[in-house]
Amino acid sequence: MSGIHVSELSKRWGDVHAVHDVSFEVEPGTLTVLLGPSGCGKSTTLRLIAGLDDVSSGTIQIGGRDVTNAPPAEHGVAMVFQSYALFPHLSVRENIIFGLKVRRVDAAERDRRLKRASELLNLSELLDRRPNQLSGGQQQRVALGRAIVAEAPVCLMDEPLSNLDAKLRADMRVEIRALQQRLGLTMVYVTHDQVEAMTMADTIVVMNQGRIEQIASPRELYTRPATTFCARFIGTPPMNLIPSEHVHGHEELPPGSAIGVRAEDLHLDSAGVPATVESVEYLGADELITARIGAAKVVVRQPARADTPSGTVGLAWSPGVAHVFGPDGKRLEEAQGI
Amino acid sequence: MIKREWIHAWLLLAPALLLLFAFTHLPAVQTVFDSFWSTPRGRRPAVFVGLDNYQRMLADPIFIKAMVNNAIYALITIPASIALALSMALFVSGKIRGRGTLRMAYFTPTVLPLIAVANIWLFFYLPGFGLFDQIRGLFGFGPINWVGQPTTALYAITAVTIWNQAGFFMIFFLAALQTIPESLREAAALEGASRWTIFWRITWPLIMPTTLFVSVNATINAFRMVDHVFIMTQGGPNNASILLLYYIYDQGFRFWDTAYAATLTVVMVAILCVVGIGQFFLLDRRVHYR
Ligand SMILES: Nc1ncnc2c1ncn2[C@@H]1O[C@H](COP(=O)(O)OP(=O)(O)O)[C@@H](O)[C@H]1O
Ligand SMILES: [Mg+2]
Repeated sequence: MSGIHVSELSKRWGDVHAVHDVSFEVEPGTLTVLLGPSGCGKSTTLRLIAGLDDVSSGTIQIGGRDVTNAPPAEHGVAMVFQSYALFPHLSVRENIIFGLKVRRVDAAERDRRLKRASELLNLSELLDRRPNQLSGGQQQRVALGRAIVAEAPVCLMDEPLSNLDAKLRADMRVEIRALQQRLGLTMVYVTHDQVEAMTMADTIVVMNQGRIEQIASPRELYTRPATTFCARFIGTPPMNLIPSEHVHGHEELPPGSAIGVRAEDLHLDSAGVPATVESVEYLGADELITARIGAAKVVVRQPARADTPSGTVGLAWSPGVAHVFGPDGKRLEEAQGI
Repeated sequence: MIKREWIHAWLLLAPALLLLFAFTHLPAVQTVFDSFWSTPRGRRPAVFVGLDNYQRMLADPIFIKAMVNNAIYALITIPASIALALSMALFVSGKIRGRGTLRMAYFTPTVLPLIAVANIWLFFYLPGFGLFDQIRGLFGFGPINWVGQPTTALYAITAVTIWNQAGFFMIFFLAALQTIPESLREAAALEGASRWTIFWRITWPLIMPTTLFVSVNATINAFRMVDHVFIMTQGGPNNASILLLYYIYDQGFRFWDTAYAATLTVVMVAILCVVGIGQFFLLDRRVHYR
């Protein structure tokens, strides 16, 4: 079993600080998701772990061994690329056993691993085809197969599902997670899709502009976001941030502070904070009411059966569901339980 | 209605067809035709001689010499140009300093006319004072008349051809290398493949279509690029560096033996056809087209 230990990792491309002082730990046999918007340095971090790029500073340990400056092959990782990186001139079979041939694994062992992987991923029928004769989902499976037969203790994936349609993406999500747990793989999975992160991860590392915003389990990330960035990045619609001067009992907070309440935690109550309804979006079971408190936009989710409001309403929430963020966007712990 | 359209179509095509037939197909057919007739001289008109010209050719020691020379010339220039072009392309496709300048430098020989190149190289080959003899002089070797002695004349010409066309072929290889996604090499590197393995198992098969294209061009060039022979050796000394096309020129335009020149031309075109078609079929089975 090998975990990954990344410590104070930085990567600069000239003036661009792609990864900035990033530290995190991946426990053996768990799935960690690197989550963040496009361009935040997720892929770069993953490529540094794989040894495909040179680090600017910091260290990487895999399985307790320092691999910071080791060539990629000595990192002991398998990787699934966003583009799959299948060899177009080789059959599915040759693609999967490419690495085993390079490493001179003997033929019997090669066949055993190929058989196991192709059964696991339903590839048995496709072994003689070329990658360009496969659908996107099948190519994805071949890429997974290639990663599995390596039997590397660590598996890295860079947005592996981003080229698939929504239905297939949902299926593969479950499949990859099941595979990871069955094989006990240590996995680092990069995505910009919060749903993928929430459904698959043991631990989520949220990144923004090359830095880590928060490291937490999906549940903790949703219920106790550490920054306004995390608060708004996770959850649909994003968490409402109400300037604290509009909320009674928070006058003592420094100016620029915000009270965060999720749309589903808000309800209409004439005694609450006054707001002006702007529009209502009907979603079937629920409806989303967009309103304004001063200049701030607020979204309320309520059952569609309730009366549709208009004009000026009051917004209220139960104690304990609000999050308080300081002017720097960081969570204020002592203000819990409002 | 349909008839009108057809008439229009033919009218529009006519000028192009006319030119094509007049300047391409007709001369080609005429050449084959001429090879079965004798050369008209003075008031003696051409007479049909059947295969006489071909028999004469097979008995002609200079023709045999030209064929052997051309075979050697082709067998050296084709693989050497491809190997050199590919090495240069691999070298300048990497992340190195001054990449743009290097690419320019490698490409320059190609933009120079072969005649100019030949003059430059004549200077390199100059006995005693040329670049090569200067270098040999440093190690205490005596001067050599590279283009003037039968043992080296053909190879002196061969080197110029390789130098001249490798830069051109490099451009094709460079383009081909850039179509291979970096992630393929990275995936292979992660599996522990050495650069050598990556080249032979991944890069080489994927640039095969380009290699085919380049090798067909190199083959055609091996029969076509003779400009420098005019400048450097005129096929000599004692026909040591004579090539087929140069011999055709000699027969056709120096001795005005047009029928014999036509016969030689038919042979050359036949060789080119066989080689070109053969190459396509042979390599096609090993080529992966995406
Ligand atoms: N090879 C490179 N050269 C220069 N800048 C790069 C390179 N790769 C990535 N970057 C920059 O680093 C930043 C992070 O990129 P990346 O890690 O690919 O983001 P993500 O995968 O999160 O979308 C971006 O600003 C990107 O432009
Ligand atoms: Mg990315």
